[in-house]
Amino acid sequence: MSKITIPVRKFDAVIVGAGGAGLRAAIQLSEAGLKTAVLSKVFPTRSHTVAAQGGVSASLGNSEEDHWHWHMYDTVKGSDWLGDQDAIEYMCRKAPEAVVELEHFGMPFDRTDEGKIYQRPFGGHMSNFGEKPVRRACAAADRTGHAMLHALYQRNVRANTQFFVEWMALDLIRDAEGQVLGVIALEMETGDVVAFHAKATIFATGGAGRIYYSSTNAFINTGDGLGMAARAGIALEDMEFWQFHPTGVAGAGVLITEGVRGEGGILRNSDNERFMERYAPNAKDLASRDVVSRAMVTEINEGRGCGPHKDFVLLDITHLDPATIMKRLPGIREISIQFAGIDPIKAPIPVVPTCHYQMGGIPTNYHGQAVNPDGSTIKGFYAAGECACASVHGANRLGTNSLLDLLVFGKSSGDSVIEAINADPKGLKELPADFADRTLARLNRLNTQKGGASVNETRLEMQRTMQKHCGVFRFKDMLVEGVSKICDIEKAVHLTEIGDKSQTWNTARVEALELDNLIEVAKSTMVSAEARKESRGAHVRDDAPDTAANPNGRDDEVWLKHSLWHREGNRLSYKPVNLKPLSVETIALKTRAY
Amino acid sequence: MEAGAELNRLRWRCTRRAMLEMDILLGSFLDKHYAGLTPEQAAVFVALADMEDLELWPLITGKRECENSLQAEVVAMLRNVKVK
Repeated sequence: MSKITIPVRKFDAVIVGAGGAGLRAAIQLSEAGLKTAVLSKVFPTRSHTVAAQGGVSASLGNSEEDHWHWHMYDTVKGSDWLGDQDAIEYMCRKAPEAVVELEHFGMPFDRTDEGKIYQRPFGGHMSNFGEKPVRRACAAADRTGHAMLHALYQRNVRANTQFFVEWMALDLIRDAEGQVLGVIALEMETGDVVAFHAKATIFATGGAGRIYYSSTNAFINTGDGLGMAARAGIALEDMEFWQFHPTGVAGAGVLITEGVRGEGGILRNSDNERFMERYAPNAKDLASRDVVSRAMVTEINEGRGCGPHKDFVLLDITHLDPATIMKRLPGIREISIQFAGIDPIKAPIPVVPTCHYQMGGIPTNYHGQAVNPDGSTIKGFYAAGECACASVHGANRLGTNSLLDLLVFGKSSGDSVIEAINADPKGLKELPADFADRTLARLNRLNTQKGGASVNETRLEMQRTMQKHCGVFRFKDMLVEGVSKICDIEKAVHLTEIGDKSQTWNTARVEALELDNLIEVAKSTMVSAEARKESRGAHVRDDAPDTAANPNGRDDEVWLKHSLWHREGNRLSYKPVNLKPLSVETIALKTRAY
Repeated sequence: MEAGAELNRLRWRCTRRAMLEMDILLGSFLDKHYAGLTPEQAAVFVALADMEDLELWPLITGKRECENSLQAEVVAMLRNVKVK
C-alpha cells in the first residue's frame, strides 16, 4: 500500500561505491556494453582506496623466486585458517594477471633497473611456504592506491561508465522471492530520492572503520553497504574480525604504512629494545599485523611504553639513509611531521595499534556473488572489496592483499553479472508495489522526530563503546556488557533528531543516515565477538589464552567456522570454512607462528 | 544556492575525503578559521578543498610551491591548524 511514488531509473547494472572494487567491476560491465550506473558519496578519485599506500601483492617473482602457491599458503596462514581456501587459491592465482592488466590500464608502477615492476617485502609474505620474507608487493612509491584509482577511473571514462557523484544509496530493493532489483538513493544536491532499478546490483561500499574511536579510516567509511544488506535481511559474515594496524600515529589515528618496516623500520620500547625479536624471532618487525599489534600492546601493558603516559611505542627509521627515506617513503615523513610533530629522519615516530580494516562483510563466493547461509546465491546481488567477505582474509588480512582483493573480485563480480544477464534475456523483473515504503518511512521519521538524540553524541558514544569493549584485546565481561550497551545505543540511533530539515545539501540528514548503517556494523561486531569464545587472528580474548591444547587460544574443534549475524532477532548462526582449494591440496591446519 | 546549503556542501567536501589526514585537517580548519576569512581567502580555501588529497598535500608540506601569495597565505594557515 504505497502512498508516495518516487522516480525510477532503469539500468542493466548499478554499482554502489566508486573505490577500487567498484571501478574495477564497472570496467567489466561498461566494456561489455552494459548500461552501468555507479553511485558514490564522493568523486571517484576521492575514495578511500587512495589511502592504500604500500602495494598490491602478486607472485610475479621480479626480484626473487616466487609462486602463487606460496602466496596462497601465506594468505591461509595469515587468515589463521578461517579463510576459504577455494577463494584464496583463486585470488592468488589471478594476482599476476590482475597486476599486469592494471599495468596495461596505465598504472605507473615503480621499476627495477631491468625495467620490471618493482616489488618490496611486506608483513606475512614469505617464500617457500613460510621460510623467509619475499618481495611480493608491487608498488608505485607510497601512492599505490592513488595511482590505481586514477588508472581505473580513466579506463571507466573511456568505457562511458555513468557516474552519479554525491549520491548516497539508502536501501536495497528486494522482492518477495529475495531477488535484488536495485537500490534507492538520495541525491545530496537536491534531496531527491530515486530508485535505481537494475538487473544486477554490486556493492563495493568499502569498510566501516568509523565504528571505532581510534581508526585509520577516513570519515567516509561508514559501512553503508553492510547497513543496507542487514536491513534487507542479508546475514553479515565474520564481523568480529577487525584488523588493527600496528602503526597509527598516537593520538591522531593517521596510518604509517607497513612499507616503513619493509624498508627497514624497527619498533622499539622505552628501553630502546627491538622487542619484536622476542615475539617473532624470524620475521621480527615484518611479522603479521595482529602479531605485531599484540606485541606492542603487551609492551605497553607491561610498562615499557614511551611518553609521559607510557602509552605508545616508537617506530624508528633514523638508522636509514635519509636519501632512501626521501625516495621510498616521502609521504610518511610528511605525515609524521604534520600529525606527530616529528621528522622521522631525526627521531622515531610514536605509534599505537589502531582500527584499520574489516575482514568480515557481505558473504560472497569467489565469483563475487552474494550468498545465503546455505551457500545458494542471492539472485541479482554481488559484492566486492572490503564490504564483501569471500572469504580471503579470514581472521586476519595480510598487507597488500586488500588491493589485490578489490582487483580480483571487482573483476569476477563484473564477469558474474555479465554471465547472469546473458543467461536471462527476459530483462527487468517488476518492482514490488511497496518497494520504497520502508526507506520513505525512515526519512519521514528523521524529518519529524522531536526530542530525539544528537547524531554526533550518539555516534561518539557508539565509537567509545566499541573501542573500550571490543578493541584489539577482548575480555569476556567487557564484551557481555558491550552487547547490552550497544543495544541501548541502537535505541538512540532510531530516535536521532536533526535540526536542519532542508532538501538541498542537508549534510545533517546524510550523517544521520550514515549512523543508521554504522550501528548495524557495530552491533554485528559486538555480538559476533562476544559469542566467539576463542582467540583467532585479529580476535584475541584474554579468556582464550595460549595453551598446549589450543595454541594461541585457537580452538579448531569448536570454532573453525564462519559467524553469520542476522539483524532480525540480533542472532548468530554458523557455516563451515571451505578447506578445499580448487586445484591443490588443503593447506592443513597448524599453529600460526612467525 | 543558499548560504547554509553552500557551507554544508563545503563541509561535505572537507570531511568526506580520500584520506583521514585531510578530513582532520580541512575539517578542523573549517570549524576554527573559515568564518574569519576574507572573501578572497575563502575563495582560495574552497579551491584548495576541491583539489585531490595527494595534490593538496604537497602544498601543505611545502613540497610544491604555491601559485601566488594569497594561496600561500591560506596554505600557511592550514599548515598551522592544531589538529589535536
